[in-house]
Amino acid sequence: MLRIAIVGAAIAGFNAARALRRQSFTGEIVAIGAERHPPYDRPPLSKAFLTGDCSAPDLALADPDEDLDVRWKLGTLAARLDPANRRIVLDDGEEIRADGVIVATGARARRLPGADGLANVHTLRTLDDAIALRAALLGARRLVVIGAGFIGAEVASSARSLGLEVTVVETLPTPLAGPLGTEMGALCARLHGDHGVRLLTGVAVTRLIGAARAEAVELTDGTRLPADVVLVAIGARPNVEWLAGSGLDISGGVVTDEGGATNVPAVVATGDCAMSFNRHAGRAIRVEHWTHAFEQPATAVATLLAGSRRAPDRPDVPYFWSDQYGVRLQFAGHREEGDTVRIVEGDAEQRSFLAVYERHGRPVAVLGMNQPKLFTRWRRQLRAPGPVPTAAP
Amino acid sequence: MLRPVCPLGAIPRGEAYRWAIDPPVAIFHTDDGEVFAVDDTCTHQDASLADGWLEGCEIECPLHSSRFDLRTGQVDEPPAKRPIRTHRVEVIDGVVHVALSDLEAGRV
Repeated sequence: MLRIAIVGAAIAGFNAARALRRQSFTGEIVAIGAERHPPYDRPPLSKAFLTGDCSAPDLALADPDEDLDVRWKLGTLAARLDPANRRIVLDDGEEIRADGVIVATGARARRLPGADGLANVHTLRTLDDAIALRAALLGARRLVVIGAGFIGAEVASSARSLGLEVTVVETLPTPLAGPLGTEMGALCARLHGDHGVRLLTGVAVTRLIGAARAEAVELTDGTRLPADVVLVAIGARPNVEWLAGSGLDISGGVVTDEGGATNVPAVVATGDCAMSFNRHAGRAIRVEHWTHAFEQPATAVATLLAGSRRAPDRPDVPYFWSDQYGVRLQFAGHREEGDTVRIVEGDAEQRSFLAVYERHGRPVAVLGMNQPKLFTRWRRQLRAPGPVPTAAP
Repeated sequence: MLRPVCPLGAIPRGEAYRWAIDPPVAIFHTDDGEVFAVDDTCTHQDASLADGWLEGCEIECPLHSSRFDLRTGQVDEPPAKRPIRTHRVEVIDGVVHVALSDLEAGRV
């Protein structure tokens, strides 16, 4: 291959470029990024960046001592992929021809219907989002967060440390029940109350009240929550629409095998946009976590350079962390309905514990709250080769 | 200036001790019996390296798996970009002594 195009210039795209060079690709690399910023790290956007403890230059992914020799086309959207003619059409009309394509277009924040155009309603995904949200929080007294997932919880925590009155609204009866299960989701959700943040669960938003600005958030039970700033944190959608008509299977994300191969030759996909078979989960999943976007591009690059389907040596065991209210949560593995969970170390009342999820008596996932050392040991055990029990029927 | 920190016997091989000065220092006792002292906070984002995974003379950050060489402080694996400071260690009469680096923290 003489030229490889990477579509997407966030962590997955950046690490794809790094992996290409590490795997001795000496040809031309063109990377297309929708945002105007050079590749940067997103996790601090909801935490240290929002509280003012770090600034945009701190987030840069590029190491000044490392020359990846990449032609970055930033502030440009890919409009279309035409694999038959080996070209990518950009929204500015330019066409990029490439012998191989790495799709790393990531995901975007889901929006609340009817909220567009309201000046004080925010989502948080990009650096520009974070700049706008931080500016809004600095002049505000009351924040309403819609969605008690990780982004919602982290922003609630950051805003609370800035002195705002914060209310978090969650449709589910238990926040984080999806990734953590109801027992552990409930334990983690207690952090809100510990720190003076009001959490309302099992209640949905009916509408935002206001014309140019949202003045209040109205809930299904009739409650009206006055707000100076509203954050909509209700998940993300993969950026795959631009691939319609390309021949790629994009049901639920760009469908790939475990090695990142798509159904189109010389096109691989990785990061948040990819719906990839995962040995640990036993099925195709779309993973939206930083570590996945950091580590998996090397696998997709190896597949692309090999020119054939190949399985990675080691299964990808999903891992994520969340810092909220001075507490560090870490999770590794994949939880399915029916798995049991028990605390094996520490004490939930002390906000410091380690919980292990089991399936047929074998550990499949682990959650740590302020237990980084013990957590790391368990995580490494989960990554050790060996079959993972299948999910309970 | 060498400062006494703790008895070496208090740090089993393969383990670490977090010396809670400002900024904190992590002292590692490797499986081979060597002792190293480095800044405890990962240069990437806020995590204690004393909680990390020690393998040979390399420490892996417990948060994002950056890896540092304890002998030099250099980054072996990203996401960290900047090295950690290393501090001189001497074990005197079974007590770990550390001479803190003259370099300014975070400016290696």
